[in-house]
Amino acid sequence: MRDQLEGSRAIARAVAACRPEVISAYPISPQTHIVEALSDLVRTGELAPCEYLPVESEFAAMSAAIGASAAGARAYTATASQGLLYMAEALFNASGLGLPIVMTLANRALGAPINIWNDHSDSMSLRDSGWIQLYAESNQAAIDLHLQAFKLAEELSLPVMVCVDGYVLTHAVEPLELPAQEQVDGFLPRYEPRQVLDPDAPVTIGAMVGPEAFTEVRYLAHAKQMHALDLVPEIASEFAGAFGRPSGGLLRRYRTAEADTIVVALGSVLGTIADVVDELRDEGARIGALGITCFRPFPLEEIREALRHAERVVLVERAFAVGMGGIVGQNVRLALQGQPTVVYDVVAGLGGRAVTTRSLRRLFADVLEGRLEPNRLHFLDMDWKLVERELHRLQERRRSGPHAENILRDVGVIAGRSH
Amino acid sequence: MARWVDEIVTEERLLHPGHAACAGCGPAINVRHVLDGLAAARPDSRIVLVIPASCWTIIAGVWPVNAFGVTVHLTPFASAAVEAAAIKSALRLVGRTDTQVVVWGGDGSTCDIGFTGVSAAAERNDDVVYVLNDNEAYMNTGVQKSGGTPEGAWTTTTPAAAPRSGQKKEIARIMAAHGIPYVATLAAGSVPMLKDFRAKVTRAAGIPGFRFLHALGACPPGWKYPTGESAEIVRLAVESHVFPLWECDHGAWRITYRPKRPVPVRDYLGVQGRFSHLSREEIDAIQAHVDERWDALTAVGEPDRELPRASSR
Repeated sequence: MRDQLEGSRAIARAVAACRPEVISAYPISPQTHIVEALSDLVRTGELAPCEYLPVESEFAAMSAAIGASAAGARAYTATASQGLLYMAEALFNASGLGLPIVMTLANRALGAPINIWNDHSDSMSLRDSGWIQLYAESNQAAIDLHLQAFKLAEELSLPVMVCVDGYVLTHAVEPLELPAQEQVDGFLPRYEPRQVLDPDAPVTIGAMVGPEAFTEVRYLAHAKQMHALDLVPEIASEFAGAFGRPSGGLLRRYRTAEADTIVVALGSVLGTIADVVDELRDEGARIGALGITCFRPFPLEEIREALRHAERVVLVERAFAVGMGGIVGQNVRLALQGQPTVVYDVVAGLGGRAVTTRSLRRLFADVLEGRLEPNRLHFLDMDWKLVERELHRLQERRRSGPHAENILRDVGVIAGRSH
Repeated sequence: MARWVDEIVTEERLLHPGHAACAGCGPAINVRHVLDGLAAARPDSRIVLVIPASCWTIIAGVWPVNAFGVTVHLTPFASAAVEAAAIKSALRLVGRTDTQVVVWGGDGSTCDIGFTGVSAAAERNDDVVYVLNDNEAYMNTGVQKSGGTPEGAWTTTTPAAAPRSGQKKEIARIMAAHGIPYVATLAAGSVPMLKDFRAKVTRAAGIPGFRFLHALGACPPGWKYPTGESAEIVRLAVESHVFPLWECDHGAWRITYRPKRPVPVRDYLGVQGRFSHLSREEIDAIQAHVDERWDALTAVGEPDRELPRASSR
């Protein structure tokens, strides 16, 4: 069924079609429209049986999902940004217990300075929390990934985080293909938990494990994630068979055949990158793009294979590790070990800064024409003058004040008007 | 008297012998009476016990040993109240309305790190029996001060030279202020007190919604007294008005045990090493605070001074 609607509403409809039984959530922009819509569907009885728990924090939202999942219910929550960090302890608990919770993350920057707009700092900061991470490049992908996420989570008994770019996708209104309930019911079987808090058969879930078995239990979490590298493509092809459109999978190649330059990215920026690739291809450049849909587990072999013939790899990342550099870059370099590939790490679109076709064209031209220095960290559209002025102030006097305020004063605009 | 105890305590013990609690553990006595009492009050029900990080993470047993005869879910420190609510939701969906979901959370979980969660579960009136296992400090990590630590007490983070200042959080009265159906304080200090304890557990089992039971449990290593004295110390806590026994049943306050001849607070403090550094003046100050709290509580508990009755939800 094709419908014109907001990304968040579409995600909510897709989640509802998966028949979650317990939904717990705490509001945070830009996740709110998703949980508001789900709350409506529960109140009107369209989504039943389902209990919606409006809890007191993100930590409680994840804790509730853990409790519900451990008691045998299909559990769902959604959050963003600071909310994900506030959940951190419970995230590791959920994955450590092997509970198949599905969560939507409406990707948003992390403060300070506080910023409500999109980047990937939140999901990247918890990439090693034991959750599978899938990144949607469009709202259609977001819908489809949620259906696949429940299936994947429950087959493996592991939690799955579906990362959807905040505002860029969550608040975009566009025509979308929504799955019919019968289709979803055919694709996603009833949830059969591997472990359950059965009141009739006393068991303990979450008991302490000492040095004699801790390594083995932790290894099993890793083994399950590695198994996901097989399952993700299998479920994607099953999805294609059931719904008649390709979606999901570990990676998405865009015009990579005979490409000597491949741009690697995650999420909605891939759409803009594809447009620029098209333009450059028309002009004769041998350029393509590789989207990483599944970032955890990291498809090392598949990425090595996809980039094997590339001379240059350009990483466009919406987050970075302060004091280290690109995060996706670190991972991709591992896949390229032993290869002569030249790698460019480019941080772009932090805190909602638009990644435009014009900026990307200029970046790719710099790469293709040898003007960008490889193997160091670059920042797209960085205003170096502002940075240098602030660095100068730091040297000039001890009490130089907060960076954000100083830079905004230099820019001469208030935050809300700056973009 | 012994026969009478047998009459109320004959059922199967849901805390198995051989558990890993310290010798003389007061909370071990309490949890056993809470679980057995809830089970006896609703014989057709099942219990799921939710335990946040605490001594009981260890006492519950290291896999595959389970010290309890009930299903146990161990949670992060601050998660227990909401996890219990969600477990209740999930069980309701599969038609298991016969299950009592019970939290056994320490004073650190309840008064400090998990307080938001306890308050929120109360505000939502989640259908859970929340039992505060109060031994008045972070005992599992080696006796550090919590919001449940009383004035003047030594802990490793409030040493004798600079003991706990400020007052123990009046958590049960705070919970009563949420307007929940049932709040009660419990102490297994004597046979009459145990009778009161079990009556409150039975009452709690019969009411839907959020029920809060505050159980004082003496801790030999943390309070510094001989292991055989746990019941006696709790008895003195009640007899000295340090830990009054009361309930608030749908807004109706009642003192459930009035010491006939209240003992001075120094009798209670004097038998515990954690208070041995206190001067006479400091003990007098504590006595004055205990008297003030007792007066305030009994004023609330008098029939003509009842607080507005909370709506029965």
